[in-house]
Amino acid sequence: MSLGLSGLKKSIWVYHVACSPCNNCDIEILDLLTPRFDVERFGIVLVGSVRHADALLVTGMVNRQIKPRLQELYLQAAKPCVVFAIGSCAVSGNFFRRSYNMAGPVDRAIKEVDPNAIIVYVPGCPPKPEAMISGVVKAIGFLDNLKAKK
Amino acid sequence: MAFFYYLIFPGFAFAAIVGLLTAWFDRKVTARVQWRKGPPWYQNFADVAKLLIKEVPVPETANKGIFLLAPAVALSASAMAAAMLGAANINWDYTFTGDLLVLWYILALPSIMIILGASASGNPLSSIGASREMNQFIGYELPLVIAMATVVFKVGSVGLGDILRFQAENGPILYSASGIIACIVAILCLQAKLGLVPFDIPEAETELGAGAFMEYSGAALGAFKLTKAILLYTSPIFIITLFWGGIQVKGLGILWAILKYVLFIALFTLIRNTNPRLRIDQAVRFFWVNMTILALIALVLMSLGY
Repeated sequence: MSLGLSGLKKSIWVYHVACSPCNNCDIEILDLLTPRFDVERFGIVLVGSVRHADALLVTGMVNRQIKPRLQELYLQAAKPCVVFAIGSCAVSGNFFRRSYNMAGPVDRAIKEVDPNAIIVYVPGCPPKPEAMISGVVKAIGFLDNLKAKK
Repeated sequence: MAFFYYLIFPGFAFAAIVGLLTAWFDRKVTARVQWRKGPPWYQNFADVAKLLIKEVPVPETANKGIFLLAPAVALSASAMAAAMLGAANINWDYTFTGDLLVLWYILALPSIMIILGASASGNPLSSIGASREMNQFIGYELPLVIAMATVVFKVGSVGLGDILRFQAENGPILYSASGIIACIVAILCLQAKLGLVPFDIPEAETELGAGAFMEYSGAALGAFKLTKAILLYTSPIFIITLFWGGIQVKGLGILWAILKYVLFIALFTLIRNTNPRLRIDQAVRFFWVNMTILALIALVLMSLGY
């Protein structure tokens, strides 16, 4: 078990879920993969299928149309799976919070289907790539705590 | 002894470790080509260790038995191929008549298992991946067989031991015009068998998500990753055995063997990094027209004695 967990810390495969974003956060996520930041150093790779994912990178305020799809995607991911709420919209709803089609920020939508989900918040509009890497580091620290408890 | 060969030394354990290190070499060189730093050396081991603790959800529409059996059969087949090649290289007499043909069948098994597993998963994108894998498989097998036939006719035997002994006596087959051409054909065919970039059409991340592997996760996906790693180790050894005098594990021969191995891995990586992905019809045409003609030229040159 602990071998697998230390493997998980060194190889986090991320799946990009765009839940009605303005694309700013998505562009910053793609920046992470460019030579300047190169997250493959830490074993972080963008994968094409949610079944392979260890982390969902969710951007955007979650509207009514996308909410069931986001929940379905989370249920289809192989656990353990961490959810990253990237950007102010995903964290809190930002200035869309009173919008007619707002279906709750990411954490509320995910916790409806799994109350024990691990959610990492990365605020910013858009957050800097450094902020996202710092979020990943904190998530890894959380995994360490998980290991210490067991 | 056979179990030791299959499970530990030239077989599963050794091939998996060397294969994963080779896959890291491939990723690191790719990163350096793109001016990135690249992952650390233990990256692929961490990936596989992680996949072992992930859960394996089976889709409702899937045929559960075939879906879960396919990766296991693919993994054992690739380990078998590594063990057979390794055993033939260690001891030229540790072979049997016609083992080259058996090896060819066993090397085909992982591709067939990818097709079966993807079709059993019940995912439409996976089934497109499976159909592409099948087309590509039909494409590259023909020139590969003709390239192998060039070697077989030159040696006059279908045994790996006889091929190695012939090359030890008469010099490697690569040092002739027909040998070079057949070797080039074999390299490109194995590139397609490995699913590396110009021929990664069945996986095609940007079109199909993960294509044939879309519904796989956890240990099942880990088995396919290990299969790919072992095939990445087996393919250069296969080419070296057929065309370049095999691997000698005595004295300085081991250094020369490592050099040959790294050269072929570097070739695979170079082809992978300098080419865009082909469409499936382009790939099949490439293999059935260009490569088959090239392989036939090698066969004719060989029969003329060049």
